[in-house]
Amino acid sequence: MPADALQPFGPVAEAQDALWDLAYPIAIGVFVLVFAGLAYILVRFRDKGQEELPVQTHGNTRLEIVWTIIPALILVVIAIPTVQTIFDLAREPDPDSLIIDVVGKQYWWEFRYEEAGIWTASELHIPTGRDIYIRLDGSEPGNTTVYGQPPVMHSFWVPSLAGKRDYVPGAIREMRIQADEPGVYPGNCAEFCGLSHANMRFTVIAHSPEDYEAWVASQQEPALLAQDELVQQGQELFVSGACIGCHNITGHPDVDPDAPSRVGPDLTHFAAREAFAGYIFDSPFGEQVEDPDQAMENLRAWIRNSSAIKPGSHMPATQVDGAPVDGEQLDAIIAYLATLE
Amino acid sequence: MTAIAENPSTGTLPRRRGIFPRPTKTTGALSWLTTVDHKKIGIMYGIGALIFFVVGGLEALLIRAQLATPNGEVLSADLYNQVFTMHGLTMIFFVVMPLGAAFINYLLPLQLGARDVAFPRINAVSLWIWVVAGLFVYSSFFFEGAPNGSWVSYFPQALVGPDPAGNLASDAVAIQQSRMLFYSMGLQIAGVASLASAVNFVTTVLNMRAPGMTLMRMPVFSWMSFVTAFLLLFAMPVIGIALWQMMFQIRFAGPFFDPLNGGDPVLWEHMFWLFGHPEVYIMILPAFGIVSEILPVFSRKPLFGYSAIVFSGIAIGFLGWGVWAHHMFTAGLGPVADSAFGIATMLIAVPTGIKIFNWLGTMWGGQIRFTTPMLFAIGLVSMFTIGGLSGVTHSLVPHDTQQHDTYYVVAHFHYVLFGGALFGLFGGIYFWFPKAFGRLLNERIGKLHFWSMLIGFNLTFAPMHLLGLNGMPRRYYTYADGMGWNFWNAVVSIGSLVIALSFAIFVINIIVSRNNPPAGADPWDARSVEWLTSSPPPVHNFDDIPVISDNDELWYRKYASTSDEDAPVRVAAGGSDDENPGGPYGDRVSGKTAKELGIHMPDPSWFPLLLSLGLPIAAYGVFFEDRITMTAFFAVGGILTFGSMLGWALEPSAEEDH
Amino acid sequence: MSTVDAAEHGAADHGHATNLGMSNEKLGMWTFIGSECLFFGAMIATYLLYLNRTNGGLTAFDVFDIPFTSASTFILLMSSLGMVLALDALHKRDMRGFQTWTLATAVMGMVFLAGQKYEFAFFVEEGFKLETSPFSVSFFMLTGFHGIHVTVGVVMLVILWALSLRGGITADKHTETVELVGLYWHFVDIVWIVIFTVIYLIPVG
Repeated sequence: MPADALQPFGPVAEAQDALWDLAYPIAIGVFVLVFAGLAYILVRFRDKGQEELPVQTHGNTRLEIVWTIIPALILVVIAIPTVQTIFDLAREPDPDSLIIDVVGKQYWWEFRYEEAGIWTASELHIPTGRDIYIRLDGSEPGNTTVYGQPPVMHSFWVPSLAGKRDYVPGAIREMRIQADEPGVYPGNCAEFCGLSHANMRFTVIAHSPEDYEAWVASQQEPALLAQDELVQQGQELFVSGACIGCHNITGHPDVDPDAPSRVGPDLTHFAAREAFAGYIFDSPFGEQVEDPDQAMENLRAWIRNSSAIKPGSHMPATQVDGAPVDGEQLDAIIAYLATLE
Repeated sequence: MTAIAENPSTGTLPRRRGIFPRPTKTTGALSWLTTVDHKKIGIMYGIGALIFFVVGGLEALLIRAQLATPNGEVLSADLYNQVFTMHGLTMIFFVVMPLGAAFINYLLPLQLGARDVAFPRINAVSLWIWVVAGLFVYSSFFFEGAPNGSWVSYFPQALVGPDPAGNLASDAVAIQQSRMLFYSMGLQIAGVASLASAVNFVTTVLNMRAPGMTLMRMPVFSWMSFVTAFLLLFAMPVIGIALWQMMFQIRFAGPFFDPLNGGDPVLWEHMFWLFGHPEVYIMILPAFGIVSEILPVFSRKPLFGYSAIVFSGIAIGFLGWGVWAHHMFTAGLGPVADSAFGIATMLIAVPTGIKIFNWLGTMWGGQIRFTTPMLFAIGLVSMFTIGGLSGVTHSLVPHDTQQHDTYYVVAHFHYVLFGGALFGLFGGIYFWFPKAFGRLLNERIGKLHFWSMLIGFNLTFAPMHLLGLNGMPRRYYTYADGMGWNFWNAVVSIGSLVIALSFAIFVINIIVSRNNPPAGADPWDARSVEWLTSSPPPVHNFDDIPVISDNDELWYRKYASTSDEDAPVRVAAGGSDDENPGGPYGDRVSGKTAKELGIHMPDPSWFPLLLSLGLPIAAYGVFFEDRITMTAFFAVGGILTFGSMLGWALEPSAEEDH
Repeated sequence: MSTVDAAEHGAADHGHATNLGMSNEKLGMWTFIGSECLFFGAMIATYLLYLNRTNGGLTAFDVFDIPFTSASTFILLMSSLGMVLALDALHKRDMRGFQTWTLATAVMGMVFLAGQKYEFAFFVEEGFKLETSPFSVSFFMLTGFHGIHVTVGVVMLVILWALSLRGGITADKHTETVELVGLYWHFVDIVWIVIFTVIYLIPVG
């Protein structure tokens, strides 16, 4: 689905687009008027080598007043609906609004469903037809500090559903989105945030209300314990490779359910996502993956040394017992990840 | 120092010696380093700005090479961030602003009928400080790299190192500190130059006008320079404080903008844009002034609605202070602030519209000659209209949240600053080149330059509107295939090459035109008094200060009849011709030197150059952790700067018995 | 002639009337002071914004010694009187009086600076440093930049005084130079009244 600000798929984007639809024809009208007038003047009053000089007009007060007042009136026409829309979109959440907390990390988005008790990364699942109240929560910047450096600003933008709003460390910002139809709506970060600003994408996936409930239920399931040997090995490597220091997997035997780490994305349902690494690479486990072999290759490269394929990635190169992760270990880790449906 | 006559009093004190003899040479290469002549200073501003234009243009070409195709691999992400940041800083602080300053410097005294600006040596200081600021910022490439936080350098991003995982975190922090110190200190130094210029120009306009030149008889370019100077005067201290705060934050961990220690990163946005929006008008108003000079000359009519254009310029200057938060509509300031700043933004369209309509009114009923400067002026009127209209769409606050930080905005401000400011400034170069250098630029090559630039410009920036609305954010070093952005990005990159070609044509024009026949005092049949004196003007500008009785003083010396109803009649032997370049009306220049005429002009001085050299030396001190080294740099730089000030204050005049 | 600012002495000295009837130097100084208002305004605004952001560190109540600063404020304000008397002495061609009052003004400025230095050192010892909180860094920046302005003024006064000892200052030629220094000095004092009010007198909670 195209990410086009002029093709809204929900009431918020529609309200914003309505202002454009009002102002754009006026702007085009003024444009045509000025350019046609200019063209006429340039042709009509070009120097034809005449002897006599033109009349030295200094101005015309009546005209001045006219072209001061008419633009001002036009502006009133667009100002009124603009202010109305500003206040309408800034209203408090409705009682049945779904409130989702969003945190911008470097360089991926975390989505927290407080009510359902689930956390996702880079995939924002929402029910259709319901007001989604987004709280961009930077209120506890200390909790998202990495390498001792402060978290930075991002901007949350899904062109098809709503204009953007900044994620501000140290503050909470709100916005709302709503999708009318089930679908996949691409989004991205729109505030310059560092090396991989361009690689900080995400997707809003709108489900029918029933499908959404089913999705929530599936997300609330913990990960399965390893059933075969390779997966078992991967599950152990997740600890010895220090992945567990940043990534939470609910249901993993070594994860303390009371203190799950939130530094990296929650991987409890990793294999259910369509993409990884800030949604720039197709996941080999996704349903819509175009080239599974390439996707698998990317995932292996990612686990080996993520910053080699995504500049500035905060995930360190994976090491097991002080040595870079080897091919067999990668097989095991990926086999384990594949079970995280 | 604008002395007209010799000071009659003789010294009662023993003559104080300067540190070294005061330079007296007014010709030769060295004289350019010591000159206090506003015309030479203006020319140096212009040449410097055009050199930086080449550098900033090459950076733009690198950006476009990287983005010409999806997943481009010309630049790394780190290098791309540095290049696009430097492109912005260069074009704003080292191209458009100084090109405006070049025209103000060169023309303001000439248009006011003055011999120089109010403070000629401070003028030279402004130039040299600006030069060293540019060199200082670019020296960053020899250290840890150039600033990489975009020209707005929002916090906390400005604190975060480029590659925390690849390096030890402390390395990344040190790299980032170095880069952002180049930003904060470099712009701080450039700001000193602007502030000094502002004081100088305000004083010049208020105090140095020729007899009879009331404020409402000033040429519009002088008026717009005046408004620009006021904007600089009040905007520079604001960014100055913000940059000091940035320096304290980066260097001394003073938590102004660090959210981990209670600082508010949004404060930086407010401070930056409180400066940043007036800055936009600082860049565009001189170009508006230039166009207001060119259009009447080549329409052979006075400016339509002179006072409306002047007052709309003042109105733009005032309103420019009330719209800064329209750069922050996505920052979540709340509906009241969003509405207020949205409406204020709409209001700016009114005075801007007045200007456009009055320019059209100027051409209406005229005899339009399509010379190169006129083409560029028409280019500004038309291209700026597009930029202005897209600017109005930004005031639709809810929809602006769709446009913000996308290529739509990039398109908008390039239509304003390139299609507006730069077209005007290039028009000004073609218009006043014969005044400054005595020779016209080649018209045919000039027209080729204009058309290639117009085509290249639209090819480059028009598609960006579409890219932005199709969801392409700015400041992306790469984009994936399949986003629907490939085609227009390729077009944009081709367009940028056409712009590069057009600039090459301009350079060729300057080279080709060096042997053109002398242009004479008034080659365009112009209207204001700078065309009264010879081309190029003598050091003292005018042998006799002209007495002003009309807005279009020169025109009414050439043509009889001033009533609105009658067509004017040429005064006998008026106008410009080859045998009588000055014409009877313009016989203001005898060819004698100022000294022969008994006019005291300011002496050249080494101190402005020396003074400016101290600033970057002191600024380099900030980079050292070690307090002793830091203090040593401060001391050397400080002694150079303050010593020069003292030397300056005590500097003897070159003339023996003055 | 070549003493302070002689070379910049513009049109007014040379018989060319300026449009405003005010010399370029004086107009330029007023213009510059206009710009300085925003310089200090930006810092005062920041200080007010961060008044209560103390990060749990020391607050204004904990650190400021209002009687001490009031005393140094009084001395700085009195120095403005000294400046007026110095200029008045010059008008009366009383060079001894001029020297005395110029020096007295400079010394009062130095006493103020010494007080500030003592205050800063005391604060740092108490753990109130640049990096402590947005409040502390705003305080240091605002008062520190004011201190730098006072220092520049003191240097100018001392130079005037030193020149006058050698006979380099005369009522005929340099009244305006002294007036310019005086303008600057009064501005720096007036700004301090605002700063003192904002920092020390506005109650903080």
